[in-house]
Amino acid sequence: MMTELLWLLPLVPLAGAAATGLLGRRLPKRAVTLVACGASGAAFVLALAAFLELLSLAPGDRRIERELFTWIAAGDFTAKAALLLDPLSAVMTLVVTGVGFIIHIYSIGYMRAQEGYYRFFAYMNLFLFSMLVLVLAGNFLLMFVGWEGVGLCSYLLIGYDFHRPAAADAGKKAFIVNRIGDFGFILGILLVFLTFGDLGFGRVFGEIAAAPSRFPPEAGIGVLTAIALLLFVGAMGKSAQIPLHVWLPDAMEGPTPVSALIHAATMVTAGVYMVVRCAPLFSRAPVALDVVLVVGSATALMAATIGLAQTDIKRVLAYSTVSQLGFMFMAAGAGAFSAGIFHLMTHAFFKALLFLGAGSVIHALAGEQDLRRMGGLRRRIPVTFWTMLVAALAISGIFPLAGFFSKDEILWAAWAGGHPAVWILGLLTAGLTGLYMFRLIFLAFFGEPRHAEGAHPHESPPSMTGPLVALALLSAAGGFIGLPAWLGANRFARFLEPSLSLAHRGEAPHFSHALEFAFAALSVAVALAGIFAAHRIYLARPGAAGRIAARWGAIHRLLRDRYRFDEFYDRAVVRPLLGLSERTLWLRVDVGVIDRCVNGAGSSMVSLGALLRGMQNGLIRSYAAWIVAGMAAVLLYLSLLRS
Amino acid sequence: MNPYLVLSLLLFLVGTTGFIVKKNVLAMFLCVELMLNAANLAFVAFARDLGHLQGQIFVFLVMVVAAAEAAVGLAIMIVLYRRRQTLNPDDADTMKG
Repeated sequence: MMTELLWLLPLVPLAGAAATGLLGRRLPKRAVTLVACGASGAAFVLALAAFLELLSLAPGDRRIERELFTWIAAGDFTAKAALLLDPLSAVMTLVVTGVGFIIHIYSIGYMRAQEGYYRFFAYMNLFLFSMLVLVLAGNFLLMFVGWEGVGLCSYLLIGYDFHRPAAADAGKKAFIVNRIGDFGFILGILLVFLTFGDLGFGRVFGEIAAAPSRFPPEAGIGVLTAIALLLFVGAMGKSAQIPLHVWLPDAMEGPTPVSALIHAATMVTAGVYMVVRCAPLFSRAPVALDVVLVVGSATALMAATIGLAQTDIKRVLAYSTVSQLGFMFMAAGAGAFSAGIFHLMTHAFFKALLFLGAGSVIHALAGEQDLRRMGGLRRRIPVTFWTMLVAALAISGIFPLAGFFSKDEILWAAWAGGHPAVWILGLLTAGLTGLYMFRLIFLAFFGEPRHAEGAHPHESPPSMTGPLVALALLSAAGGFIGLPAWLGANRFARFLEPSLSLAHRGEAPHFSHALEFAFAALSVAVALAGIFAAHRIYLARPGAAGRIAARWGAIHRLLRDRYRFDEFYDRAVVRPLLGLSERTLWLRVDVGVIDRCVNGAGSSMVSLGALLRGMQNGLIRSYAAWIVAGMAAVLLYLSLLRS
Repeated sequence: MNPYLVLSLLLFLVGTTGFIVKKNVLAMFLCVELMLNAANLAFVAFARDLGHLQGQIFVFLVMVVAAAEAAVGLAIMIVLYRRRQTLNPDDADTMKG
């Protein structure tokens, strides 16, 4: 029944956005809150109903496609507005609407005193709508619509405080960097159309799987590899992978709930989702998979090291997101697509929790975001502390919290897939995760209070702590749906299986459960070592952090300056472009050629007019003389013509 | 035939020259009448030469127009004199560019 009403799922948040955005200015705050949170809550209920209905079907039938209407019909080409509900999109809709709803509730308290309250909620609902279109789309074109909608909403929400130049700039940066990725994505879509003549997921992937002779796993760079690489450029932009990651840390300029929404439930997960959705394509393009693997692991490690040296609490979390997204791509690159989605889901829980907790800390300290001016908040804001501690343990991968299961599955997949170097990088990153996460915890919640005199840290209202507790429960228990094989069956992977059945699978080497268990123990030990190191450096020995930073000055500065990516782009791209625009295009082409033509046309008319103006002297007799002269000229001409 | 046309041409040239050199609106007006009648003479001459009636009909038409023009022109002259106390057209050059 619910699946008949699938179109309602994205439409409800859209209606909420329209109502709050168009009428919100005249409505009381209470009504805006009710409409916006009601819409996102209703979307969650609908997603849940759709999910339950999907569960009631046999695993092989869990694929429901609804064609709403024919969107474009031109010659041979038709694109339908089709929604696709299968286990993969069901998981995504649950994450998007569930975490999105919790963030909506949190925003009631966080945004209460902000200007443009209705505008904020309208954008949030629009964000949910775009993301739902993206994950429910049944073809590449509709997915692209959601893809662009998400980009637009991120621009609007990051630049929510548009009167602050930093926020406005960050919004523009997010939009422009994403545009680079979108360019690759749209080229990929065009190539899909050229190759298959269709854009529907079912048709395209079905054709790939049905014709193994035409689309074998490619050894070199064939058409599938080209498509996969182009699509991955889009994923790199949206999911903030090196080198297109620069927009995500700047996105911190938006209000904290926006950061939570972008980092956890929507936007950045889009790239991972897209790669997994295209698993039948990627799995037959080993070169592209290797690129995904390399980019993912490099991003995971680099972002984790940057996270070590940031002092802004939200920036630490931002780089942590980039790093965790790297993990997800690592999973996809190793061919463990379901592990990537699993980590996406658990990450959505604990990253949303971390951001909302950071928002609560910032709220408690009246806007302070610098870790160096926090400390000792453990007793002042206990709910925030305990929930954030759960999230930090979860993201570090401590058993039995959610992050442990998903991260361990990825590391195991990297090893089992025959990528020991990636496994070592991942393990190192896991240790760094524990280090930077607990650096944050220790600096913010332990030690001596370092906040400004006269600040009175206070716990946030229930509308903010409630969502924290809910997310903490999910972060703690969310991993159990995907138990590794040595603890029982991985129900999550089995549930996703129908969505990934068309993917190409090589021979899976078999390893004993004991080995898998040993690897899991090792990754927990590494994470604990990271946490222990954080304890030694940032809590047990005051000043140790400063000494380390002084000793490795160059490296510390490099990390603090985020490997100087922004500076590099500034020199390599922005300034040459500005120079070209100013010196050549503006001063030469525009001023020298175009302006001169236009102004010349004007001024030549003026001087001609000045010449002719002398004739109109107001003297009738002279006019008469001119008429006679003209007549004489005409007569002369005619007589000359005659002869 | 030719003598008529020569006379017409002479009359027209006298009218034209007078219109350009005279500094009195009334005199210029007379010159306009001269030009009109020079044209009338040419019309009549051609009408007779070609044996057509149209030329003569045109003459009547021109006379009617000339009468109407005289009525309007004289009225303008009277107004000009009342306003400016002059009949010299060079003094009424407000509309120059």
